[in-house]
Amino acid sequence: MSTLAPSRTDLAPRPDPQVPAVDVRDLRKTFRRRDRKAGRFARKRPWPALDDVTFTITRGECVTILGQNGSGKSTLVRLLSTLLISDGGEARVFGHDVDREASTIRRLVNRVSVEASFFKKMSASENLSYAARFYGMTPHQTRTAVPELLARVGFPPERRGESMEHLSRGMQQKVALARALLTSPVLLLLDEPTTGLDPRSKLEVQGFIRQVRAEHDATILLCTHDMAEAEALSDRVGILDRGRLLFLEPVEDVKRRFGVETLEEAFFAATGREFENEGQDEDDAYREVFA
Amino acid sequence: MSEFALETRNQLVGLFGIVERNVYLTKRYFLWDIAFMIWTIANTLTIVFIARAVPGITAAEENTAATALLVGGTIWAFLGIIFEFMTETVAWERWEGTIEYTFMAPLSRLVHLFGQGAFAVLYGLIRATILFFAVAAFIGIHTPNANYPAALGLLALASLSFIGVGIMTSVLPLISPEKGAQLGFVAQGIMLVVSGVYYSVSVLPEWMQWISKISPATYALRGCRSSIIDGTGMQWADVWPLMIIAVLATPIGLAIFRTGERHAKKHGKLKRSG
Repeated sequence: MSTLAPSRTDLAPRPDPQVPAVDVRDLRKTFRRRDRKAGRFARKRPWPALDDVTFTITRGECVTILGQNGSGKSTLVRLLSTLLISDGGEARVFGHDVDREASTIRRLVNRVSVEASFFKKMSASENLSYAARFYGMTPHQTRTAVPELLARVGFPPERRGESMEHLSRGMQQKVALARALLTSPVLLLLDEPTTGLDPRSKLEVQGFIRQVRAEHDATILLCTHDMAEAEALSDRVGILDRGRLLFLEPVEDVKRRFGVETLEEAFFAATGREFENEGQDEDDAYREVFA
Repeated sequence: MSEFALETRNQLVGLFGIVERNVYLTKRYFLWDIAFMIWTIANTLTIVFIARAVPGITAAEENTAATALLVGGTIWAFLGIIFEFMTETVAWERWEGTIEYTFMAPLSRLVHLFGQGAFAVLYGLIRATILFFAVAAFIGIHTPNANYPAALGLLALASLSFIGVGIMTSVLPLISPEKGAQLGFVAQGIMLVVSGVYYSVSVLPEWMQWISKISPATYALRGCRSSIIDGTGMQWADVWPLMIIAVLATPIGLAIFRTGERHAKKHGKLKRSG
């Protein structure tokens, strides 16, 4: 285990190296959505977010799922992090079923999402200490672990006590990465971790993901719509399109399969559509939030 | 260390984390706390002064009436804090955007909610104590016979029930992100109306008196008034209903919360929106 993650009182089961890190079989998730054009009183209709998705990730792999906004990427991440309950099929993390063994999985998984998601009035150190308590880390442990980890992600030490609301998005995202690593996850779910970052912050975060992978023995599932990021970081790349996983292969195999030079061209060849953002958050599109 | 001991230790550290977070946030919003405290004192004064306005009563009777009103106002404020903290457990974290991180952490829901309740009780007790003595000093209320330890003991026992009922209301924002918080306030209001905050429950219509029997606030108010005005100890007639409600409310609240959490996860309602 790398020095990135501090020692902690660990209850996480030791994952069996023979068992796949992620094993997803025929996973389905359907939300009910009211057609906005049909008005407030129109009946809700089923809207499939994941449609019989099947794939496996072996331990230590970095796999990227590419897809437009609304393709089902965040739904997949939420299902694997026990924040959603599937409608069918099964998903296992290191052999543990995400629905039935949620508490075991919570010790193995952590996540970085597109929104940094912190208590805005609290400082980076306070937010990290708070998150660490949930994993059994005492004030004595976080007193050294938090500054150490913040230093590793390139966070300026003089700003550790500043409220999160005063930090830039790039800074907040570094703190989010530190939070995920503080708990020594063996599966790291990265849901568009660099979206909205300036080019420099994006490169720093990508560099850190590489470092984590090299030193931390973590399996990484990266969901993004950044083709270059996918190509730079992953062992295999898959395209999720309208809830269906079209393939999951090494980048070179994808290009060879479609006889193209770039992943954008591969996306076009696979779906018949241009790869562009549809400007719509996938889950908000499916859910009736204020039900 | 055995796995059970390790798990217990980790859960206790998690509970401490919830309390610690609320301390951090209270520090950051300290000026708001002072403003809210002054507002609560002023509001309670407007109620307690009613005792002075009652014509034809002796000074002793006026003192007793003012004390009864003050106890009502103090417990209203105390309960309000607990309900606010519990009802806002989900709504607050959803607004900050941290809810998914809290719900995917290996912290048991009981510990999570109890941590929130524990801070609310501590914070509410500090505020209630300041409120009680500030108003008593301002108006010149005398409580020579007061048995404060008995009143505090009763309030501590009632707090367990309040947390349990609070857990039931905290599920509402999980099921309906916007309307849920509103319903929480409605539940709090109904509970206080039927519990005899500023009057004896005997003045209520009979059907409301029946509802008052299942409200822990009824027994907390009656017992605290009796301890502070008459100096009585903890009365069994108040203790046993509070114990029963405490024993039942937390598991029932937790079961309701778990059902609501499952519903939210099934329908994708955890995420912040709006």
